[in-house]
Amino acid sequence: MEEQLKQLQDEAVMKAAAAQDLKELNDVRVAYLGKKGPVTEVLKGMGRLSAEERPKMGALVNVVREAITKAIETKQVSLESEAIQKQLAEESIDVTLPGRPVKLGGPHPLTRVTEEIEDLFIGMGYTVAEGPEVEQDYYNFEALNLPKGHPARDMQDTFYLTPELLMRTHTSPVQVRTMLKHEGKGPVKIICPGKVYRRDSDDATHSHQFNQIEGLVVGENIRMSDLKGTLDAFAKKMFGPDREIRLRPSFFPFTEPSVEVDVSCMCGGKGCSICKGTGWIEVLGAGMVHPNVLEMAGFDSTVYSGFAFGMGQERIAMLKYGVDDIRHFYTNDLRFLQQFSVHE
Amino acid sequence: MFVSYKWLSQYVDIADQTPEELAEKITRAGIEVEGVEMPAAQMKGIVVGYVKSREQHPNADKLSKCLVDVGEEEPVQIICGAKNVDAGQYVAVARTGAVLPGNFKIKRAKLRGEESNGMICSLSELGIESRLNPKEYAEGIFNFPNDVTPGEDALAALNRDDAILELSLTPNRSDALSMMGVAYEVAAILGRDVKLPEPNPNEAGEPASEAIQIRIDAPEDNPLYIARVVKNVKIGPSPLWMQTLLMNAGVRPHNNVVDITNYVLMEYGQPLHAFDLDRIRTGEIVVRRAEEGEKFVTLDDAERTLSADQLVITNGKEAVALAGVMGGANSEVNDHTVNVLIESAYFDGQIVRNASKAHGLRSEASARFEKGVDPSRVQAACDRAAELMAEYAGGTVLSGRVVAGEYAPEPKKVSITLDRLNTRLGTELQMGGVEDIFSRLKFETETKNDEITVTVPTRRGDITIPEDLTEEVARLYGYDHIPLTLPEGESLPGGLSPYQLGRRVVRRYLEGAGFNQAVTYSLTSEKRAAQFALEVREPVALAMPMSEERAYLRESLLPHLVEAAAYNSARQMGSVALYETGSIYLNEGKNVQPKEEERLAGIITGIWQEHLWQGEKKAADFFTVKGVIEGAAARLGLTDRLSFQKATPEGFHPGRTAAVLFDEQPVGVIGQLHPSLAKEVDLKEAYLFELKLDVLLNAARVDLAYTPIPRFPSISRDIALVVDSTVEAALLETIIKEAGGSLLTNIHVFDVYEGDRMEAGKKSVAFALTYVNPDKTLTDDEVTAVHEKVLAALKEKANAELRA
Ligand SMILES: [Zn+2]
Repeated sequence: MEEQLKQLQDEAVMKAAAAQDLKELNDVRVAYLGKKGPVTEVLKGMGRLSAEERPKMGALVNVVREAITKAIETKQVSLESEAIQKQLAEESIDVTLPGRPVKLGGPHPLTRVTEEIEDLFIGMGYTVAEGPEVEQDYYNFEALNLPKGHPARDMQDTFYLTPELLMRTHTSPVQVRTMLKHEGKGPVKIICPGKVYRRDSDDATHSHQFNQIEGLVVGENIRMSDLKGTLDAFAKKMFGPDREIRLRPSFFPFTEPSVEVDVSCMCGGKGCSICKGTGWIEVLGAGMVHPNVLEMAGFDSTVYSGFAFGMGQERIAMLKYGVDDIRHFYTNDLRFLQQFSVHE
Repeated sequence: MFVSYKWLSQYVDIADQTPEELAEKITRAGIEVEGVEMPAAQMKGIVVGYVKSREQHPNADKLSKCLVDVGEEEPVQIICGAKNVDAGQYVAVARTGAVLPGNFKIKRAKLRGEESNGMICSLSELGIESRLNPKEYAEGIFNFPNDVTPGEDALAALNRDDAILELSLTPNRSDALSMMGVAYEVAAILGRDVKLPEPNPNEAGEPASEAIQIRIDAPEDNPLYIARVVKNVKIGPSPLWMQTLLMNAGVRPHNNVVDITNYVLMEYGQPLHAFDLDRIRTGEIVVRRAEEGEKFVTLDDAERTLSADQLVITNGKEAVALAGVMGGANSEVNDHTVNVLIESAYFDGQIVRNASKAHGLRSEASARFEKGVDPSRVQAACDRAAELMAEYAGGTVLSGRVVAGEYAPEPKKVSITLDRLNTRLGTELQMGGVEDIFSRLKFETETKNDEITVTVPTRRGDITIPEDLTEEVARLYGYDHIPLTLPEGESLPGGLSPYQLGRRVVRRYLEGAGFNQAVTYSLTSEKRAAQFALEVREPVALAMPMSEERAYLRESLLPHLVEAAAYNSARQMGSVALYETGSIYLNEGKNVQPKEEERLAGIITGIWQEHLWQGEKKAADFFTVKGVIEGAAARLGLTDRLSFQKATPEGFHPGRTAAVLFDEQPVGVIGQLHPSLAKEVDLKEAYLFELKLDVLLNAARVDLAYTPIPRFPSISRDIALVVDSTVEAALLETIIKEAGGSLLTNIHVFDVYEGDRMEAGKKSVAFALTYVNPDKTLTDDEVTAVHEKVLAALKEKANAELRA
């Protein structure tokens, strides 16, 4: 009996080790340890043994059973591991093949510039004011100290619809409308982005439609130095902390004094093709709001003063991104637009 | 305005300033110098030569063989092609080794077998534009008058060694339209004196008033008219220095009398006119408004028809000049002129503008009158011209001036307090410093306590209010010296309005969904103005468009988006997804501002999704666009308020287009571009959408509040319905929703089948329905009860059967 058990154990362990797959191994388990298997049979036959022999035999059966179980388990781990290895090998892919594309669009470069400037001034406490693109002559010109027949109207060749209606030539009428809403009470702190129109033939540097952002601050004791400080902060945020600004006297009918504002060139003043060797790039027009403009908009010009500035998004985008032809902004060539899908 | 450095130096000491330094200082003080031209810098080796002999070139009809004295022992032989070359002329010679503009090098050469040691030059070869050359030399070589010596520097003799500053003047600074005006500006910048001419012509003979009488019949238009008479002039060329300075100032020399009037015009900024006194015939000048339809031949030999808003100078019978614009052919100075009448007048800017505009005659004179001349210079300019004519035209200046009218406006006085000046600029200037700036400008000032009162000379008509004084101080003090500060006082919270934020949300959504943003033109052609428009009105037109393509205001963003897609498609970029946000303009009647509405539009064509090596390729279709719109609505929290209804608007595929409704009101359109239109622009299947963005953004006010996640399990039921082919899914959905009540929380189509396995005229639509009770676990029985109701309603309202 003892020998029979030993033999069974050897046989089972051998068969388990030889199993080719999990099914064969399971067959071994059923054959030797199953309800009808020989080990169970041995246990069933224990009734016939004497009381002394019985525990001895029981212990032996357990040893045999454990040995077989262990052999099967060991083999099972090894077979399972092999199976996984095989599966993984089969599932292997070429990771260098292209991924499934996620469609990526992006904003127009003019929108990028507009929103960047908006955010920059919002951070300085400005709100964004908007207004109609078809304007009354009054808001576009007269309320801005440009009465009919004023020679400076020639500076802005205008698309008229009727003698009283026109395509706005700047976003300044939005400033006028905003000031009127304030009914003579400051402070006013706005920027006005939007499309504007001039009677220009389209070429590399001119466009009959373009964009402007103008700013306006009206309050008690607003100073020229505030304008300078504000635009200096703008230039540093927009173009880089080492940039500087320079004011040159100029003329606009709606501001007095009026200045052109240059930003130092990225060449650091050495002179390059962008700044035409001067080290400075003209970027903005600005000035102190003309008292006539304040008065026409309902503000007491002895109490209130203000500054205004304006710039063109096309020009800024051209400088910032190195775009060489203004018409690119309106052609909507995907090879152009898609370059601006990248986060900066 | 072209400013000659040499000419300017007559009035202000600039010897220690290089032209470039001067230009930079002028620019920084307020008048932009656009460029500094130094003609001599591009040339060398050009001397005065004397043509000793000229003979025909033995082998060439059109060439001359000249022996030219160039100041050396032996004359040199030069072959010259100019028709007007001749012995006895003083000419400009580019010697062998010389350089002319454009880096043109002169070499010893053999021309048809004859040696040539240099080149005899025309003025344009020396860099003077031919439109500025005196007429007699415009087609050939230039001849010096006899006061030059062979061998001397020809460029110096021609004032080509000058520097020419090109000033770009803003409309307010017409005071700088004269050498004297520029001199005042430069003197102020450098803190120097100005030296002005003090004309004092030698008078002789009878009083001028015996030669001419003057009457003004339109004193509003012409408050002051001063004349002088110069007798026995000899018409001829003006001195070389005058001719060359005029050319440097951009004025073409003619003869001594005309050149002198132009010289004084440039010097004083006061336009003058020289009449041939004898050709006036009546001995009388009458200034009056032109008659309507009056004919007049100007000195360019063109007959002009005048109107009553123009001013003429007459001899009492007929017009002899169009005031301030151009003289008449009947009275102009010519080679036979002996006696000259010099006119110096103050004409109103508007009356001159009327005439110059009507006849398209913009001249140096009219430009100055239009901007307003300095009334205090009218008399001095007249005297100056008379003095110069006596000297350079050999004339006799008759005694006295003939004056009609009177115009001597008082100089304006403008005051400002030091405090106001400093608070406007953000500076801490002292009164002494401010006074110094005005004294540099040669403005008289008076200071009382804190207030300075400035007497503004009539030459500076642009200064009228205290802010103008602020500007003068700021620009001469220097903007670089103004500190950097930020506005003080109440600080405001900045930010975007909810509408503006919503617009950005929509843009980012579409960009994330794969669209590139386009920006197209608002102006369009008549044909496109109302194409695809949600609301068609008579398009708003420009009064004077520049082209037919840009003559009307658009009523839809779509036409230009279609154009952009076609542009890309024609360049091997057949897969396009573009969107735009922008205004459209709706006519509200003549002289009423059009209604501007902000729209969101887009176009998709070509492949929408592709992953080629795995065999995936999905073309854009109607449902691509619809999904994008539904996503946008979801982003804005408007999902339940949007619906779609089959529609057949013009320009779209009649079977694949829907009106988009918002709260049951039309708010947009989505659909396929009509195939015949697509074909016209070489586009394949393309899908469009346009939505009233303003309506959607104004409605999109989501107050976000958390809804608890259901704690109880949901139960799903799928149903496949057989209905008539014409029944729309939306109808079935509405029926299911109504009948399902509050327990039905979700419903979606998961299958549509129409084909062989269906009865003709029938289709199958399968829905997945989800039931949840937020308060307790649903039992099967409860769901079945509701579900039965749903099926009954479908049967009743849509004749829908459960698919077997
Ligand atoms: Zn540079």
